[in-house]
Amino acid sequence: MATMSDKKLDVSLSSEPRWISWGSVGNMRELGLILIIAALSIAMSFASPYFLTWNNFRAMLMSFSVEGIVVVGMTILLIVGAIDLSVGSVVCFAMVVGGYLFLAGVDPWIACLVGIGASGLVGAVMALCVTRIGLHSFIVSLAAMVIVRGLCLAITGGTPLSLFSLPPSFKFIGQGNIYGLPVVIIIFAVVVLIFDFLLRRATVFRKVFYTGSNEKAATYSGIRTDRVKFWCIVLCSTLSGVAGVIYMARFGAATPTFGVGMELNVIAAAVIGGASLKGGSGTILGAILGMALLSVVSSSLILLDVSVYWQDAIRGMILLAAVALDHLLHSRKRTRTEKPAKG
Amino acid sequence: MAQPFVLEATGISKAFGPVRALDGVNFSLRKGEVHALMGENGAGKSTLMNIFDGILRADKGEIRLDGRPVEIVSPQRAQELGIGLVHQEIALCPDVSVAENISMAATNRRRNLLMNYGEVRRRARQVLASLAHDIDPEALVGTLSISEQQIVEIAKALSLDCSILILDEPTAALTGREAAKLFEIMASLKARGISIVYISHRMAEIFANCDRITVLRDGRYICTENVAETGPEEIVRRMVGRHMGDLYPPKNPGSASAPIVLATEALGDGERFADVTMELRQGEILGIAGLIGAGRTETALGICGLNPLKSGRVLLDGRDVTPKSYSDSIANGIVYLSEDRKGAGVFVDLPIDQNVSALDLARISKLGGLLSRTKEQAQAGKLGASLNLKCGSLSDPVSTLSGGNQQKVAIAKMLSVKPKVIVLDEPTRGVDVGAKAEIHRILRDLANAGTGIIAISSELPELIGLCDRVAVIHEGRMVGEVSGENLTEEHIMHLASGLAGERKAHGHHE
Repeated sequence: MATMSDKKLDVSLSSEPRWISWGSVGNMRELGLILIIAALSIAMSFASPYFLTWNNFRAMLMSFSVEGIVVVGMTILLIVGAIDLSVGSVVCFAMVVGGYLFLAGVDPWIACLVGIGASGLVGAVMALCVTRIGLHSFIVSLAAMVIVRGLCLAITGGTPLSLFSLPPSFKFIGQGNIYGLPVVIIIFAVVVLIFDFLLRRATVFRKVFYTGSNEKAATYSGIRTDRVKFWCIVLCSTLSGVAGVIYMARFGAATPTFGVGMELNVIAAAVIGGASLKGGSGTILGAILGMALLSVVSSSLILLDVSVYWQDAIRGMILLAAVALDHLLHSRKRTRTEKPAKG
Repeated sequence: MAQPFVLEATGISKAFGPVRALDGVNFSLRKGEVHALMGENGAGKSTLMNIFDGILRADKGEIRLDGRPVEIVSPQRAQELGIGLVHQEIALCPDVSVAENISMAATNRRRNLLMNYGEVRRRARQVLASLAHDIDPEALVGTLSISEQQIVEIAKALSLDCSILILDEPTAALTGREAAKLFEIMASLKARGISIVYISHRMAEIFANCDRITVLRDGRYICTENVAETGPEEIVRRMVGRHMGDLYPPKNPGSASAPIVLATEALGDGERFADVTMELRQGEILGIAGLIGAGRTETALGICGLNPLKSGRVLLDGRDVTPKSYSDSIANGIVYLSEDRKGAGVFVDLPIDQNVSALDLARISKLGGLLSRTKEQAQAGKLGASLNLKCGSLSDPVSTLSGGNQQKVAIAKMLSVKPKVIVLDEPTRGVDVGAKAEIHRILRDLANAGTGIIAISSELPELIGLCDRVAVIHEGRMVGEVSGENLTEEHIMHLASGLAGERKAHGHHE
């Protein structure tokens, strides 16, 4: 290589600050979401003095903390180019399995570990269907959503399991506070920080981006894309299991119908936060901000006394608007950069 | 050449934002001529053709058809005016029949509620009869070869009674024999009075099959020449605006006696290729020729562990390195560059530096599994500079680059693992003349620095100009090799078409 004669150094080296080089588009979106959330919050504080209080803030955080753990898994799954519609059922499954074992006399900590393991197993079965048989994750997880929900109903006989006898040390995960901060929020923050960091910096997770961006090119780079997909699906289900166990501790009950429709909220949050259904893009921070936006909107609608019947419609429209706006901005940017690039 | 002009475009300008894609371009087309449009990628050829086809609107300029000024406002209008465009990339529906594909535009125009399949088939048969008898109108397009699909594309354009046919790099994916067939078809269309605009980078084809050549450079009109009155060197000079010198870098005659780097012994996958035995010497560029479907790519994939092998061995410096997977192969220093750049060569949506590091993340990580951005950028910067990569920032997605620079990213990706052998499949497909010469020089420099290079190409002039030796595959088997004096198109074609293979195979057995 050293023999090459004319070296026009047209390549810009990393002169820019590091945080920008981490994908400025992604950062722009995250900044945009923060601004939207801030603007909405300020507007709401005029409408309701209660809005910008620590109590309301904490209530909102609490409301999406546990679901936020599922969002982390879903975002990673979307990045690898798959999807999981079964998360709501799997959350419930961990809860029901853990609760059932506890009532059968098993130590609650072991019971909840088995619950999480059972969720991971559901993920492994789905992952095998996707990587070995070659089915699409949408169909596989749609089937799993129904099957697992059916299992939850079968295990409980359709009635909620009452877990009031859970020891306080266990309930602490879901109901306790440390220095006034709910444990749930702390767990959520830890999970988010760990996975956000890993997704940006770990080589293992870089392979997730490669696989999702172009599976064939990833294969042609020596990456075992099947393995990558397998572990992403298992991870998403396992995180759903973790969420299920926290819910169990928080509610002191295992309801077999819990988590119906959760997948939609979770996917919506990830997509608003920048994950693409085509795979290859997305960030944890963005997805969490997406979740926060949905939560602020919900909270606003409640404080504004908007009829419950209208709330879903409005949330759906916000999802559509956010995704459409993003797509339009993106495709404009792309045509602008692509066409003259050849000139 | 007293034929009247069917199409005259004058002063065509088009800008995309601040970039002037076309600046006062003139182009004229006579009845029944084949007119080549040439220029480097980015010269404005496709933009001009998209304006003729109504996909884009010109900012300025006039288009006359048969002397009358026209406004081509949409592709549909272009169809009505008798202009048909066959895109570089095949745009057919693979899951429906040939006949339905051919009638797609006609079906679109019709107002009937129900499909008239009888008529669809009849039309298709009628159009195909004049082009290729061996294509079944009932067959699904996905089951056809690329060249057959190309013919279906042409049939689709012709089914609309077009009088002007634009072919945008139709031979990019064709082998010599398939291209020859296309030229026969073009000749017969020409005889029917159809005018053809022909876009290609292949000089030999153009000089053999076209009547006139118009050259564009950087969006500007440069010249129009009669083929009989000019030569390839002249046209290349006009295209690049400077003297290219020799089109190919000097070869390395000393490599014939150099030690063997890579050898394959009776390699086979039990299906697409068998008994492939070849040797690659230090400092040598070994070409692999063959018709499309002969098993060239499959063999390359086999050597690199991307396709499972059934039999045979791969030896690197005499050591058995028969791969079980591509990661094995990468670890051994044997890498593969795909023929399908956008589909398998690069990650178009990911940043340049992340593309470059994809083969081996361990090289840019620390603490056993955490990526180092500094190392990643430094690696991409260094390789990019050595390949003369032109880009804004290494954090830009690959999609912002031109074809040639995308290919350089793909090559940088290969080089990131400091390979001992690189197997390149169509290394310059869809790359403009300037970048092509640059890539050839890069490959030669790599060979001179000791990297073994195997290059597969459908372009015989490229193989002949670039390689020291060319091995020829016919129907999955090595049928011979040519080098030195014998390195000519005739010899390669003779072997590739299987004529010599029969004799040689017999000679071996008896």
